[in-house]
Amino acid sequence: MPVSSQAGIDDATLVTQTREGDARSFSELVKRYEGKVFRLAQHVTQNREDAEDVLQETFLKAYEHLDQFRGDSKFYTWIVRIAVNQALMKLRRRKTDKSVSLDETIDTGEDTIVREIAAWDEDPEQQFSREELGGILDNAVQSLEPIYRSVFVLRDIEDLSTEETAEALELSVPAVKSRLLRARLQLREKLTRYFKRKGDDLFAYL
Amino acid sequence: MLTCKDFLRELSDFLDENLDAEIRAKLEQHITECPNCWVIADTTRKTIKIYKGMEPYPIPSDMEERLMEALERKMASGQK
Repeated sequence: MPVSSQAGIDDATLVTQTREGDARSFSELVKRYEGKVFRLAQHVTQNREDAEDVLQETFLKAYEHLDQFRGDSKFYTWIVRIAVNQALMKLRRRKTDKSVSLDETIDTGEDTIVREIAAWDEDPEQQFSREELGGILDNAVQSLEPIYRSVFVLRDIEDLSTEETAEALELSVPAVKSRLLRARLQLREKLTRYFKRKGDDLFAYL
Repeated sequence: MLTCKDFLRELSDFLDENLDAEIRAKLEQHITECPNCWVIADTTRKTIKIYKGMEPYPIPSDMEERLMEALERKMASGQK
């Protein structure tokens, strides 16, 4: 689909043009965000097939409900919210026998455990190829429990604000904050295995 | 006196620069005196930075094709 002529147009204008019946404008919006939506869907569902369903459902729903999009939030935030809802629905449907409630209460950080303390190089990721790094980062995120993973993905990968994350996941702001802290500390711990400065395991800071 | 536990509790807001000046100063003070918390803060900051810097991969072309076909069907059906 030729979209190059629309590359410089901002999202809000593309939305307006879509509403006026220009299908190509919507295709441009899809191209802008399909990668992020698919990544988000994969992180939340942990399943490629479900993630592709979520990708399609998200943009179909967005098109269908474009009238409900008001300019007071960014198009991207709006689309992420739809994607999160679709992905969580999949997750819940698939795991009805297991408990994956995102609403379960957790205590706030008292048992946040830090086991490994080792300094990293300044840009530790540069020791790895893009592919290796992608694998390391994805595996680390996938190993988080769903209640931490969703919050981390929205806040630190998709760059939503705390409030937007709370809204998308229907959580309170304090719940988002405490889960984000846990997620960040757990990931830090996992990545330390790969990124710690060579030789640093020989001495302890303690 | 700020403990390491206190520091950890505030770590996210500290890294997101989401704290008022007074608490921030206390935390800054703590990491100049506590090498462990300094390392934790520094490596957590780097963790966040690495993830934020990851661009998504382009979706596979067959997947994109299916997506565009689904959209075209939707558009053709005139549903909006």
